[in-house]
Amino acid sequence: MTLNYRNIALFAGMALLLVLEGASAKNAIFSGSWDTSLGILNVGLISAVLALGVNIQWGYAGLFNAGVVGFVAIGGLAPVLVAMPANPGAFSAGGIGLAAAFAAAVATVWLAILVNRRASLQVRLIAVPLILIGGFLLYRALFGPATTAIEAVNTAAAGNLGGLGLPVVLAWPVGAVFAAGAAWVVGKTALGLRSDYLAIATLGIGEIIVSVLRNEEWLARGVLNVNGIPRPWPVPREIDLQSSADFVARAASLGLDPVSASTLTVKLLYSALFLIVLLVLIWLTQKALSSPWGRMMRAIRDNETAAAAMGKNITRRHLQVFILGSAVCGLAGAMMITLDGQMTPGSYNPLRYTFLIWVMVIVGGSGNNFGSVLGAMLIWYLYTKAESWGPQLMAFVTSGMADGSAIKAHLLASAEQMRLLTMGLILLLVLRFSPRGLIPEK
Amino acid sequence: MDFLNAIVALLNFVIIPASAYGAQLALGALGVTLIYGILRFSNFAHGDTMAFGTAITILVTWGLQALGVSISPLPTALLALPFGILATAALVLGTDRAVYRFYRKKKSDPIILVMASVGVMFMMNGITRFVIGVRDIQFDDGVRFVINAREFRAATGLAEGLALRSTQVITLVTAVLVVWALFWFLGRTRTGKSMRAFSDNEDLALLSGINPERVVAVTWIIAAALATIAGTLFGLDKSFKAFNYFQLLLPIFAAAIVGGLGNPLGAIAGGFVIAFSEVAVTFDFRKVVAYLVPGDWTPDGPIQLLSTEYKFAVSFTILIIVLLFRPTGIFRGKST
Repeated sequence: MTLNYRNIALFAGMALLLVLEGASAKNAIFSGSWDTSLGILNVGLISAVLALGVNIQWGYAGLFNAGVVGFVAIGGLAPVLVAMPANPGAFSAGGIGLAAAFAAAVATVWLAILVNRRASLQVRLIAVPLILIGGFLLYRALFGPATTAIEAVNTAAAGNLGGLGLPVVLAWPVGAVFAAGAAWVVGKTALGLRSDYLAIATLGIGEIIVSVLRNEEWLARGVLNVNGIPRPWPVPREIDLQSSADFVARAASLGLDPVSASTLTVKLLYSALFLIVLLVLIWLTQKALSSPWGRMMRAIRDNETAAAAMGKNITRRHLQVFILGSAVCGLAGAMMITLDGQMTPGSYNPLRYTFLIWVMVIVGGSGNNFGSVLGAMLIWYLYTKAESWGPQLMAFVTSGMADGSAIKAHLLASAEQMRLLTMGLILLLVLRFSPRGLIPEK
Repeated sequence: MDFLNAIVALLNFVIIPASAYGAQLALGALGVTLIYGILRFSNFAHGDTMAFGTAITILVTWGLQALGVSISPLPTALLALPFGILATAALVLGTDRAVYRFYRKKKSDPIILVMASVGVMFMMNGITRFVIGVRDIQFDDGVRFVINAREFRAATGLAEGLALRSTQVITLVTAVLVVWALFWFLGRTRTGKSMRAFSDNEDLALLSGINPERVVAVTWIIAAALATIAGTLFGLDKSFKAFNYFQLLLPIFAAAIVGGLGNPLGAIAGGFVIAFSEVAVTFDFRKVVAYLVPGDWTPDGPIQLLSTEYKFAVSFTILIIVLLFRPTGIFRGKST
């Protein structure tokens, strides 16, 4: 990509917004807090990774993934399983039963596929459902006692399998692999049919992954949440910084109190870490886009029939790009959990993690990686700020009304809901009037 | 006696609730399938159209209740339903004008329309929340039971009670009437026939002088009516909460695809297939089995294939199976 002053100006404008957010005095628009500004930046960087993943699917290949939230959630499982300390005794209590249950499930599916391929139609019609039902009952019989045993171990503090106790950065690629696995299952069934089917199937898998995380307490404690996920390597804990005399002295020389200095340091280190991941990803995706592979993907997106006539296997390519994109979403999910330091399955909301990401990609410019990144930062900034702007705007709108009137109270109370409305409106307006987004594809 | 008890338990916990739920899903899926047949895209905003229609119906219900209007023993919401339908029809017609028509004229890819419907979904969701809030709302004010469990036990002497809620009866009766009216309309009237012609072959229909904008407008009005009725019945039967309607989207899509997208008969069958599977798979059959086998044979744990939290997994699994083996659905809808 050649230097494009318009794009540089757009990114500079975005940076300026974040700087103003931190540096300006507290006023109606900006909070004037570096803490808020860096908080927005960090989640914005993760959202940018997520938007890159969605852009790989939508921008490169025209695949509509309506279950991004599921891939984010399954990626978020990785830090729990990789980085948390093991729950002593849990594995010996139910590990073998659990492994047997999963083995039974795999064997059942494999047997069913085998019979379905080999046997005659009459045998198939009876045998396949019987195998599936029998296998499912066997799985349940093995699974139930095993999970009960695991959940009984150290229930108050853990009650789950626990993790491997490895560094949390290792969990990021693992999250990507988890998401890729889920994407393979969905893509294998829903791709190659009409394009709406993928949207509907992904909507389903998204809800299912989230409900699994909510309900399977042996896995990640369900709605009990997992707290205290270890920090990645260079990021210290605030409390350690505050107790270090050296750090306190240096903070004082910059004119900061130790508490805010420590939170800022932690956030900055996170930003650096996420920025590295984002830059590597942008470099990779840009390389991929300009490679023969990228040309092929665009050719398929723009004219499937012609690409198929040139000997390209459309369904296989779609599956490949769908898995790649989902893996990036999984990576972002793992990063998100690392930043939060806790796993709260209740927070996986499709509006926030699927459709907001879509708005980011479309506003930024689908098909353009830099566009997705810019869209992610900008929309995340607006989405966060709308929380304080909405009520202020509503207060301004209603300032002429009589105090205590029911309409005024209702309007003030529903300012929070206007966020959704605004997001929908932005999506529709951009889709209609500027479908190529802020930074269009070439 | 035990055998009768088992049947009553099955009726009470599986067959009756699943029938009512199935009728609600069928009405929802009919709307989705009609839009798909005529406008050729999956309308993600359908769940929120249902929520909006229900919200307006609830508001009018409250208004009527405040005026002292009542059609007891039936719930007041039934009287408010036409107002809800009118408001929803106006909303979706406006949406079509402002959003979908542009892409239709441009002959955009269906997936662009799907995406636009996601934007519409956001907006409708916002409007619904704005109008009525996010609380859980009970608005059923009619007589609660047709058959009361306690009275049933007293009258029959069975250990198992049978409860038939009036909302369930209303759901089934309304659904039958609506489906009958819809099929009469599609099969007998000129407009209905032109809709079917348009769905079967757009070019041929245009050649024979069918006005596409009129067909589209009628489709939206019918879809709005179906959505409002389905949403109100669902709300009467359970309760109204905006987010639940978003979650209904998956079973509704599954029902429409199982039956074959674009096929109205299929949508109804699909609705019941999904509802019965969902209820049967997540029901704990322990009680029923206990009546049928000798006392000490009954297992200790629940006899349940999946816990109720996973009811979405049921519609999803059925969806996947259909996509794998028969992507056009049971009744051969459109697949391309």
